[in-house]
Amino acid sequence: MTLDMYQENILDHHRNPRNKGHIDHPDFAAKERNPLCGDEIEVFVTLDAEKKVSEVKFEGQGCAISQAAISMLTDELKGKTLDEVERMTAEDIKEMVVVPLSPVRLKCALLSLMTVHKGLAHYKMNLLTERAAAPEGAEAHAHAAHPSSK
Amino acid sequence: MATTTLSKVEQIRADFPTLKRTFHGKPVVFLDSGASSMKPFAVIQAEADFYTNNYANVHRGIYQLSEEATDKFEAARDALAKFIGARHSKELIFTRGTTESLNTLAYSLGDQLSPGDEVISTVMEHHSNIVPWQLLGQRRRTVLKHIGVDDEGFLKMDELDKLVTDRTKIITVTHVSNVLGTINPVKEIAKVAHDHGAVCIVDGAQSTPHMPVDVKALGCDFFAFSGHKMCGPTGIGGLWGREELLEKMPPFLGGGDMIREVHLQESKWNVLPYKFEAGTPNIAGAIGLGAAVHYLNGVGMEWVAHHDEELVAYGLKRLSEMKGARVLGPKDPKKHAGVLSFWLDFAHPHDIAQIMDNEAVCVRAGHHCAMPVNERFGVPATTRASVYLYNNKDDIDRMLAAIEQVRRLFA
Repeated sequence: MTLDMYQENILDHHRNPRNKGHIDHPDFAAKERNPLCGDEIEVFVTLDAEKKVSEVKFEGQGCAISQAAISMLTDELKGKTLDEVERMTAEDIKEMVVVPLSPVRLKCALLSLMTVHKGLAHYKMNLLTERAAAPEGAEAHAHAAHPSSK
Repeated sequence: MATTTLSKVEQIRADFPTLKRTFHGKPVVFLDSGASSMKPFAVIQAEADFYTNNYANVHRGIYQLSEEATDKFEAARDALAKFIGARHSKELIFTRGTTESLNTLAYSLGDQLSPGDEVISTVMEHHSNIVPWQLLGQRRRTVLKHIGVDDEGFLKMDELDKLVTDRTKIITVTHVSNVLGTINPVKEIAKVAHDHGAVCIVDGAQSTPHMPVDVKALGCDFFAFSGHKMCGPTGIGGLWGREELLEKMPPFLGGGDMIREVHLQESKWNVLPYKFEAGTPNIAGAIGLGAAVHYLNGVGMEWVAHHDEELVAYGLKRLSEMKGARVLGPKDPKKHAGVLSFWLDFAHPHDIAQIMDNEAVCVRAGHHCAMPVNERFGVPATTRASVYLYNNKDDIDRMLAAIEQVRRLFA
């Protein structure tokens, strides 16, 4: 049963990770670690004019499940709105990886979404503080100046 | 000669019911005794028998059941004290295990230290011999220093001479590393401690189950260990300390059993070991541990140590011949107790352990509650196979065969 975990889709993403690399000026980025096993993921996200995910890259090291999951997720995220990204759940990750995961290994797979959600939460928090800091009526200006709005 | 050894292992295996299980149609290979060992029938039956026939609280009742329970409980203490070479049973305190024993010391002994006093430990400790001393530092502003580890996994003993000062009050080291398998020169360390007026604490969690232990010969002042790693039940273990030191120390937990007199504003403590055993103890656990000691004595600890060494020698040899494998710890099996932690350059420990699970091979993957030593060797995690009296060469071979499966899948 446990070997079902290492089906071709997982091994393929593990051997040939999609979107591996770094983005110099992402709209948001985050790094997460699973201290228990040392899995590590850093994710970089760029948004387009409509605030949809346009580009995603990741760096990381760890077990096949954690690295295959983030590789798959980077493809999944492209074209999604921030709301859609925020609404993604563990169930979506389970569907995405297809293979059956034990409770312990599910954590490896979920590190991908946790990292993305962490970056998104920081991004939204920063937007809120920027808005709060900006004087009345200056919001549109501040927005236009944001690199991602170009 | 080889056949007698084999038949002895086969006899031992028959005593452990869980080893009869199969997974995915394959008989289980249990190589995680470093985390917790399997239990022989004798231990399971001792607990069941006590609960079935003699159960009552200890040290209280006038009635016969309570006397029987007390007799069994104290007989277990006597057996355990003798097992580790204690002079008196009253020097042997029942605790929940190594972690509680070390925390008891960090409070009872540690809280008497002054700001600036030093505790020296090592880089290869289990978290249970790191965190209590960090917490002590927060309470008492004591200084925590560490002896380094060389590339082969031995303590850098020359560093100890430089670290130790007149402010050093405690030197606390593991007897055997749960990641590297290194057997530390405890006697030598205890001597350095005593030369500087400090006490020496030994974490015996990984040594007590695997080799003859004599606290007198080790020369240490305190010795902590767990029952569940030595065929005993969970939730029971021991703290041994020199009588004269234990006498001077304040109690750690307060409550019933640890007092002689209680008044509204002050109390008088009970005698050793009860001063350190507040509340109803894990009576059944202690009796189960007594049965484990009896079982191990029957097998013979010299035999267990020799058997472990043979398996480690075999595993070390085979793993070191394997392409892409790196084994941590001493190369000489005589200096390397029953754990084999390794890194394969083609797969992550989690994936290795998962694929081994498919072969019914139980190994541990992770940092083994010793993150600093993993960092020291530049690995985020390792795969660890730990052997015990019921393992045989076939178990090691099944693990090695599983590694080849991992290689086929990942390399």
